[in-house]
Amino acid sequence: MGSPGPQSPVLVTANYKLSFDALRHRLGRVDAWLLVVDTRGINVWCAAGKSTFSAEEVCECVRRFRLGELVSHRQLILPQLAAPGVAAQAVRKGCGFSALFGPVRAADVATYLANGQRCNEAMRTVTFSLAERAVLIPVELFLVGRSLLIALAVAVLLSGLGPMVFSPTAALERGLMLLAGAGFGLLGGAVLTPLLLPWLPGRQFWLKGVVAALPLAIFGLLGPGRNLGAAEQAALALWTIALSSYLAMNFTGSTPFTSLSGVEYEMRRGLPVQLGAAGLALILWLAAPFC
Amino acid sequence: MRGYRYIDGLATLQVDCERCVGCGACVVVCPHRIFSLEAGRLEINDPDLCMECGACARNCPVQAITVDAGVGCAAAVLSAWVNRFFGRKVLSDCC
Repeated sequence: MGSPGPQSPVLVTANYKLSFDALRHRLGRVDAWLLVVDTRGINVWCAAGKSTFSAEEVCECVRRFRLGELVSHRQLILPQLAAPGVAAQAVRKGCGFSALFGPVRAADVATYLANGQRCNEAMRTVTFSLAERAVLIPVELFLVGRSLLIALAVAVLLSGLGPMVFSPTAALERGLMLLAGAGFGLLGGAVLTPLLLPWLPGRQFWLKGVVAALPLAIFGLLGPGRNLGAAEQAALALWTIALSSYLAMNFTGSTPFTSLSGVEYEMRRGLPVQLGAAGLALILWLAAPFC
Repeated sequence: MRGYRYIDGLATLQVDCERCVGCGACVVVCPHRIFSLEAGRLEINDPDLCMECGACARNCPVQAITVDAGVGCAAAVLSAWVNRFFGRKVLSDCC
């Protein structure tokens, strides 16, 4: 970066494109070396959590790029969020470089360097603003995309089953209703839950997903689903709520404050409810044409 | 991170105050600012904010901190459960 010399700081990052680009673009006119650790394309925090961003990897990079010959000092600046995987003492023991933890965000690195390598509390704290949550929506939709499409294709075919064995008209008409129900579920769990996260009641995400889906399910029944029978209406409402709850629960993986113990705790409660609701929805949906 | 709290009373974070040497490494790395040093003594301000990332335990030079570190991600937990049930790798991790 810039025109670094033997005195310039060494900034360590992951070989995840967005991490690397963020650092490159946010550094401005700072002269610095970038040491890119091979985290197999995974971001700093996730790689540290799974120990692909580790002290061994950092030391290996220092040796491979002969960093000792490039710089006269013996100091590395790591992203703070590498700390779950990298022990500073182990880096020092492993390659002789002392490891300092810089700020959480690449945007603060220039300020950190200018302030004599000091961070204020804000620079050390993770955030989860509305904008940070909003950019995750496409990720959530993409992650669930393929398996949901396969499930929906099967469900549309099953919607054609009835007293006439199989009716293409029924498959189309009822299938569309099912798709609408899935659309509301996606909206609740993968769009509204991320956006409204701090304001949705409850601590457990699967409950937040249920709350987000309730108004959507009611709207769906009063709108597109108003001419359906009671069993089909119940099936669609349950399907929307179960899907939204599941997706909301999955959003735990995208937040910076959910713990493993907490996620296991809420999954032991949420998953049976979601499976039960989805199973009941399926039974009601398949039985409805025969009633 | 004001405005966000996850489920209370579950965090597995524990500090052995006898071992702690007050170096402050954990104070630096915690992304939720749970620790502080008061006159050389480590204080845990709000354990329910802990997300069990393990940064403090990893960087403690005297192993005074223990925490069941892991990634709080439902997809990863589900994969782990399914794989344990079948005794082999059926589902891969999301990331």
